[in-house]
This record gives sequence, structure tokens and C-alpha cells, in this order.
Amino acid sequence: MTEPRKAVALISGGLDSLLAAKVIQDQGIHVEGINFYTGFCVEGHTHAIRQKDRARPKRNNALWVAEQLGVKLHIVDIIDEYKDVVINPKHGYGANLNPCLDCKIFMVQKAREWIDKRGFDFIVTGEVVGQRPKSQRKATMPVVAHESGADDLLLRPLCAQNLPETRPEREGWVDRNRLFAFEGRSRKPQMALARQFGFEDYAQPAGGCCFLTDRQYSHKLADLWQARGDRRYELDDIMLLKVGRHLRPRPHFKMIIGREDGENRFLEGYRQQFTHLFTTSHNGPLVLIDGEAGDEDLDLAAQITARFSQGRDAGCVDVEIHRPDGATLTRKVKPMPGDRIPKDWYL
Amino acid sequence: MSEAQLDARRMLCPMPVIRTQQKVELMHVGETLAVCCTDPGAIHDIPAWCRVNGHEVLDIVQRDDEITIRIRVCDA
Repeated sequence: MTEPRKAVALISGGLDSLLAAKVIQDQGIHVEGINFYTGFCVEGHTHAIRQKDRARPKRNNALWVAEQLGVKLHIVDIIDEYKDVVINPKHGYGANLNPCLDCKIFMVQKAREWIDKRGFDFIVTGEVVGQRPKSQRKATMPVVAHESGADDLLLRPLCAQNLPETRPEREGWVDRNRLFAFEGRSRKPQMALARQFGFEDYAQPAGGCCFLTDRQYSHKLADLWQARGDRRYELDDIMLLKVGRHLRPRPHFKMIIGREDGENRFLEGYRQQFTHLFTTSHNGPLVLIDGEAGDEDLDLAAQITARFSQGRDAGCVDVEIHRPDGATLTRKVKPMPGDRIPKDWYL
Repeated sequence: MSEAQLDARRMLCPMPVIRTQQKVELMHVGETLAVCCTDPGAIHDIPAWCRVNGHEVLDIVQRDDEITIRIRVCDA
């Protein structure tokens, strides 16, 4: 008996990738899943940080999909390599700082490298022609295949009948007649197919899996680059953009203000790296200072910190300031009234 | 045989899963690994990763904000 052909399916955790993998699996192909972690994935992080979300049931959707399919899942950290995709996207950004087309090319390229190392035969994605305005158009499908180096080893089972034959179809590894011709933004064909397969509890699809598609998040990232005069980031930077209230009172420093206990606890992990403030006379947030803050800046930061504490209406609030070098300062301040904080300080 | 340790505290999911996967790839069948985490999502994600990849969760101990998940590496 011959060994079955082997495919790796890009599993985002959404419905399309679940269905695409299932369609191929049902043709007798050995399928394993691969999921790439860029650092911008919405999954998990914010849910784990915020106190109010701690009680919610949590699951990693990619792992959940793998369990539904009964396939192995390889989660790959591409945080460092992905920086170049975000900073210098050859095909540009979408509505925000989302480099969707470059991202897809990069992930398929990584999948191509992965199959070459492990002796797999082809790559499966859940792409659908016309599904996304930037990355899933008829014109971009061959771009992804070509620039990733996957070429005709890239099979999109949900819309394959709208595309030229790939090698898995030509060679008879899969039956093209049992693939699909989905097209456009409607989700109805996918939902019908999901019902046919008996999948009922799947992640709500489309667009929400990456922080870079979020306008406010992209604004904060652009602000970070502008303040540093350099388009670069580390993992901690992009994690911190997901947490707290961000205010930039001066061009040379920004405040990250915990909004509740879960966020304060998370920010505590950064106390060694950042100048940080908290109120001692009243309950209040932990505040990190990102940038260089002088004495006058710290006075201002203390007044703002007091504003977001339970002493916001008090005449005087005590604030402690800790420098990363261990120096501790104290301030007695009048909280800044909310209407004195300009709207454009909020990022 | 001593148990391998992985400190994944302060990491947010899926990083504890990724680090667990990387560690397990270097281990042999039958060896055990204790992963210490603080992200409550790890209670679901690491056992789910073990299930889909054929490894065994021996036990999960939660103390204050720390969670320790012990895994036996299986022939997956």
C-alpha cells in the first residue's frame, strides 16, 4: 500500500481554514496544521490580561480547529522574521497598518520551507477569491503563489475551481471535481458546507484575528514609530500597545495607564524597565512612562496619574515615582481635571 | 530521571504553547516536562496542544496566579 500524500494546512482558527483542511482530509490526504504567531494575533492575549475577561471561556481557535479535524498542529513563532513584513511591506498596507498581502505571501513562503524540510507534498489554505479586498482577489491569488515560491503546490480547496489547476489536481492526488468554486464576500456557502460537515461551533470569521487591522491599534503603532524616529519594534512594544490607556502629553514621552487590576498586574511585569508611577493615598492605576521624562514631565505625569485614581476629586493625591535605576520620588499633586486633558493626548 | 522545567511565567498565550512545543521537540519519549505559567489560557491551550500532538498531561496544579502543567512526552 502506498503512503498517502501529505499536505500542510494553514490554520488560522477561522471557518475557512477549517473547511479547506477538512475538504482535503476527506480526499484521503494526510493533513497536518500549521499556525503562525506574529505577535499581532488577537487570540488569547487581551483576554488573558483583562480581569473582566478572565472568567470567559478561553480557547486557542487554531488548536480547537486541529482537535475538530483530528490533526497535529504546529504553532510557529515568526515574531522576529515578521517585523520586516510589517515595517517594509512590498505591496503596501490595507486600511490600517495591516500588510495583508505581504503577510499571506510570507506565511505561504514559511509553509513552503516547512514542507520542504518535512517531506510534505503541498500546501492548503482557506483563501477564497474575492473574500478580502486586499489579499484575496483574483489578481492577488497568483501573486501569493508565485512570490511565496509555493507556485502550483499551493491549493485553495474552497475556490480551486475558479483557479488554474495546481499540481495536486493535475497529478490526481486530489479530485478537482470535489473541490469548490466559492467566490466573493458572502459567507453562506462556507456556512452551508460547515453544516454539511457537522461543524456548528466555529470561530466567527473574517478580519478580526490581527491587531494590525484595528484602527486604534495601528494609530498607536504609528505613534510609537514617530516618537522613536524609527520604524522598529520589539515584542514587548507591541504587547504593551494592547494594554491600558495610552496618553502622549509630550512628544518625548507617553504614559501607559492600567485600566483595571488585570492590566495593572500585567504592567507590573515591566516595572524594572520603565519609570513607573502609582498613587499611595488612594487606589489607582499603575502607570508606565515610555520615553524620557524630566522633572516637569513627571509633575505632569503625576497629576494625570492622580486623575485616573480614586482620588480624582480630592484636593491632593500622593504619587510615588520609581525610576528604573531604583531612585524613588514622591509628589503631592492636585489631580488634573478630566476636561483639561486634551483629546489629542489620547492615542 | 529528573524532570525538565520550563518557565513560561508572564508569557501570554500562545507563547507558553510555543515554548512547550520547542522544548518537547528536544526531549525523548517517556521524559516529563513541568511548565510553569501565569496566563490562565495555558490551562486550556497546553492540554489541547498535547491532545492534538499525542502527548500526555499528567497533572495541572494551580497555586495563586501560577499554574504548573506536567507533561509526559509520548511517541506522537
